[in-house]
Amino acid sequence: MDADSPFRAYEVERRTRRQRWAYKWDLYVASPLRVVWSDWRTRVGVLIVVFYLLMGTVGVVLVPPPETNQGALHTQPFQTMAHPLGTDGLGQDMISLIVHATPPMLEMMLSGGVFATGVATVLGTLAGYRAGRIDSVLTTVMDMATAIPGLPLAIVVATILQPESPWVVGIVLTINVWAGLGRSIRSQVLTLRESDYVEASRTMRIRTPNIIARDIVPNIMPYITINFVNAGRIVIFSSVALYFLGVLPFTNTHWGVTMNRAYRNSGALYSLGASYTLLIPMIAIIVLSLGLVLLSQGADRIFNPRVRARRSKTISDSEDPGTGGAR
Amino acid sequence: MHWLINRLGRAILTIVGTVSLSFVMIRLIPGGPLDYLRGQIRNQNPGMSSDAIDALVEAQAAINPDQSIVEQYVSYMSSVFQGDLGTSTWYGDPVNQILIEALPWTLFVMALSLLFTFAIGIGLGAVMAYKEGSRFDYTFSSVSIFFNSIPYYVLGVLFLFVLSYQMDLFPTGGRSSDAVPVGFSVAFLLDALYHAALPVLSFVLTRFGFQALAMRGNSINVLGENYLRAAKIRGLPGRRIAFQYVGRNAVLPLYTTLMISIGTMFGGAVILEEIFAYPGIGYYMFQAIDARDYPLMMGAFIIITTAIVAAILFADLTYGLIDPRASGGETRETY
Repeated sequence: MDADSPFRAYEVERRTRRQRWAYKWDLYVASPLRVVWSDWRTRVGVLIVVFYLLMGTVGVVLVPPPETNQGALHTQPFQTMAHPLGTDGLGQDMISLIVHATPPMLEMMLSGGVFATGVATVLGTLAGYRAGRIDSVLTTVMDMATAIPGLPLAIVVATILQPESPWVVGIVLTINVWAGLGRSIRSQVLTLRESDYVEASRTMRIRTPNIIARDIVPNIMPYITINFVNAGRIVIFSSVALYFLGVLPFTNTHWGVTMNRAYRNSGALYSLGASYTLLIPMIAIIVLSLGLVLLSQGADRIFNPRVRARRSKTISDSEDPGTGGAR
Repeated sequence: MHWLINRLGRAILTIVGTVSLSFVMIRLIPGGPLDYLRGQIRNQNPGMSSDAIDALVEAQAAINPDQSIVEQYVSYMSSVFQGDLGTSTWYGDPVNQILIEALPWTLFVMALSLLFTFAIGIGLGAVMAYKEGSRFDYTFSSVSIFFNSIPYYVLGVLFLFVLSYQMDLFPTGGRSSDAVPVGFSVAFLLDALYHAALPVLSFVLTRFGFQALAMRGNSINVLGENYLRAAKIRGLPGRRIAFQYVGRNAVLPLYTTLMISIGTMFGGAVILEEIFAYPGIGYYMFQAIDARDYPLMMGAFIIITTAIVAAILFADLTYGLIDPRASGGETRETY
């Protein structure tokens, strides 16, 4: 093609756009994944979470739903091929109980996480960015809500409302998680709004919603992501506790419901023979929770510049003899 | 001084907010507690007149349904702030009498749990930071993460199953033995500790890791600071550097964590006390839920919140003692 051709510039632009996408892909997807994969603990976390996601999507298709009298009552685990993990006091297959409890659990975690981080982000950025009276009112509200204990409040609300849909349960359980989170997002936005590039955007008369969306939120996104995972873990802990103790209505298949039956009906506490009905759902809960902890700590390692900087410092320790000696 | 008044005002506002919230939940949710209570009384006393039922409802929930919402709100608030939380429909005793008797036990378990959690967490975290990258650091980081991901009540149920029911080492419930008389004696104290051991252990084992990792991170950050290098160049003894330079600065951020821990632990106590049948505030709250005893439930909720607000206030006011930079308090980022 001729060098004077007007199409040439077009060609170049197309290539750069592709390159830009490649660059973005590398920056936002590929390299974080590489960092995630390089640390075995985070890798385990990702694998665990993916396993539960598969269990909640593919698993429910493969494994038949739990029914009473699926097998003999209290079949011990590892005895028959029909029920590898045994059956509970109602004759429900343990694997079916565990697998079919996953989708409502994931729905609760998703709705709780979206609710908590969503409200926190909106209120936190609003308070931090607008300052003045809006800030002091919102901060006072968030402070007050933080001081109210989340779990007792969730218990009271759950008792009165008796929510059945997993999506509503998720919101009830994270009923005041947004407050503390919104408070810390506010502090971060407070420092961000004074930064040079936000100042520049303001000088260019870019509208406030655009500044918040383009300059502020991307900077606190890592923090929001980590707290999304943490909110999910809060939902696991609280939902299992409330189903286990019978505060929430037993309309969903849930690990907590299985534990409740084991505890109240099978006497799993007193007899060694029935203890597996209590232990198996417990293991399911602990493993998922462990996966989320590993994931959020790995995410912290990716996003936290302090940790990242320290990482790179440990690699080239000779450049910094002072800190090197301190360790 | 201005800051102090502001801070006290905020604490009072929080409690007023909580009580208002409980009023809203009791009164305004259709088919909620008040309707339930009235229906219950009507079922038990079929021949009773509407006025008599209202009088009973008022006595039990500290609310009179004949008044307007605003009047009800004012009278509810004033009776709550005079210490009248209504009468328990299940136990038949005044709510505040039941809860005041239970509160010290919950505080006892909470205080022990917080003490051990932070003592172990800070000590372990500091050692991990000093030995960063070593096998010790690696092992205990992993252990901390693992224990962190066990829900405290799951560990509680496991303890109850293994140590109480199977091995018979610890009591399966209660807060002291009937055989030991209540009083300030060594025997009673030991007995109370014996009964509180498993709930405390469930809390401490599942939470110390969080504090240890936080302390480790803080200490490592402090270890990289310039003033620490300066201290070393000055040739200060290692002990002094460890305690006065690294320790003090690394512990400071944990004070805020402590305040948040008070809240989450109090919340957790509700579940743990139910599992261990330990009659504290949380236990009564659960009894109230099972019996649909709304005055007792809301009373427990109000007491728990008040205790937390008071604890956070105390922690906030004493923060200046450990961090002299914060003595003025105006610019501080704590609540």
